[in-house]
Amino acid sequence: MALAPAITDLEQLKDHPAVARLLSWNRGAVEGAKFDREEMTVWIERTLICEACEALRADGFTSLADITCVDWHPREPRFEVVYHLLSMSRKERVRLKVKLDSADPVVKSLTSVWPGANYFEREIFDLFGIRFSGHPYLKRILMPEDWEGHPLRKDYPVEGYR
Amino acid sequence: MAHLAPTPVLEAGDSKTMILNMGPQHPSTHGVLRVLLEIDGETIVRIMPDIGFLHTGIEKTCEAKFYQQVVPLTDRIDYLCPMTNNLCYVLAVEKLLGLEIPPKAQWLRVLMNELTRINSHLVWLGTHAMDIGAMTVFLYCFRERERILRLFEMVSGQRMMTSYFRVGGVSLEPPIGFFDRVRDFASLFPEKIDEYENLLTGNPIWMMRTKGVARMTAEDAIALCATGPTLRGSGVDFDLRRDMPYSGYENFKFKVPVRQEGDVFARYLCRVAEMRESISMVKQALDGMPEGPVKADAPKVVLPDREKMKTQMESLIYHFKIITEGFAVPEGEVYQAIESPRGEMGYYIVSDGSAKPYRVHMRSACFANLQTLETMCKGKLLADVVAAIGSIDIVLGEIDR
Repeated sequence: MALAPAITDLEQLKDHPAVARLLSWNRGAVEGAKFDREEMTVWIERTLICEACEALRADGFTSLADITCVDWHPREPRFEVVYHLLSMSRKERVRLKVKLDSADPVVKSLTSVWPGANYFEREIFDLFGIRFSGHPYLKRILMPEDWEGHPLRKDYPVEGYR
Repeated sequence: MAHLAPTPVLEAGDSKTMILNMGPQHPSTHGVLRVLLEIDGETIVRIMPDIGFLHTGIEKTCEAKFYQQVVPLTDRIDYLCPMTNNLCYVLAVEKLLGLEIPPKAQWLRVLMNELTRINSHLVWLGTHAMDIGAMTVFLYCFRERERILRLFEMVSGQRMMTSYFRVGGVSLEPPIGFFDRVRDFASLFPEKIDEYENLLTGNPIWMMRTKGVARMTAEDAIALCATGPTLRGSGVDFDLRRDMPYSGYENFKFKVPVRQEGDVFARYLCRVAEMRESISMVKQALDGMPEGPVKADAPKVVLPDREKMKTQMESLIYHFKIITEGFAVPEGEVYQAIESPRGEMGYYIVSDGSAKPYRVHMRSACFANLQTLETMCKGKLLADVVAAIGSIDIVLGEIDR
């Protein structure tokens, strides 16, 4: 089975339900979209991620499946925070992404929308050093409290600092 | 670890309350979960799980391995359901590659996955019952679990860290006599479930310890990202196997057990009913097992058979290339989620076009489910914490990764 090429043109994707909802909510906040391997990705302006999630939640994406992060070091903007939303009623997923610069890796916490974002955001804070403003308890969760550095960053050696 | 650093995570709010430390070596915390409790008499004011004692940096390790070398690592995340993790990972890589899997391999994967689910639920049932005080059930459960582990050993050579699935299929054709052994187990197992239920379901002590304990509403469960039996015990009817099928689950007939009560007893009934559904799916898989190859026809990804390597030059070359250089995966990203015994297990893999994954993220079901503990226990009695922890079915290897 050959892979279909990814569609990145927003005009072609505007009829996809999640994209249509986001465009009608705030066209300016949608930075781009991609449809690849049957999965929808939408880039959102970083200050508006909470509002975008609220808009999608009102549209049936009631569950937050996962939050994670990718480090594109040395490229800028260096970090991408990745949100996976799930609609149980429509049996559909959508992936939202926020781009962050390495100089100021801060994004709004999603805990006000889904309290369950708590652990996921703490994990990203711990392993990538990204801060979530408005998070109720932003402390390291997996690594020891006095650990130096953020292990999942690409400039952190696999075997650790010796 | 420096979790035990001098700064306390919780401090007592006023003089009436006290801080109680539970774990990380407490027998009912299923490994190394540490829970800090602020209690007022016997009532819980605050509860805070402290995790990370088993963190081994598996996600970082994956970035330094070839795609095929990650499979054994996925076993070690959740040592109670290795095949589920194998499946989720290989499905994600296959989706990245755009690889078609032969039907027999898909059915074998479903068969092994449902056996794994029973295996995992048996350990959960035994330890959960033992936490609450019913010692006998543990021995009964491990008796049947032993039979499942022998089946795993037969098919993969390993009892726990099976690594049986490969990108593109499964590693080997099952040995002669394997399906008969599975059939024996499938015909014997339903009456064993009756045995467990005889010991527990109608037992007045069990009901007193579980009914109405650690309640959670459906809204709370969804808001806290709970999945799996923890979610279905609160009345949300959602199962990825039925609603977003993968690996040929659409060919199987099964019911998704849902309970409305949202307490420990409801989650217990959900999982016990799931074992009955799983054994019926094992039977369906045995009856409908298609003929054909167990590996995809993709010589650049799938290792060749040993005989071909001794007779065909191309096979030998491909074998050498895959082992030494790995196989390149086209650029892109996928999120593949499957229904593990504990809930939604998801793998998010980013490929940069090379033979090593750029990023592997494991969305662990119990990592998210553990957040429900506070909702379940706040304002309740101290003795019920043990029942609540057991009912979430946590595996610390998966939480800490």
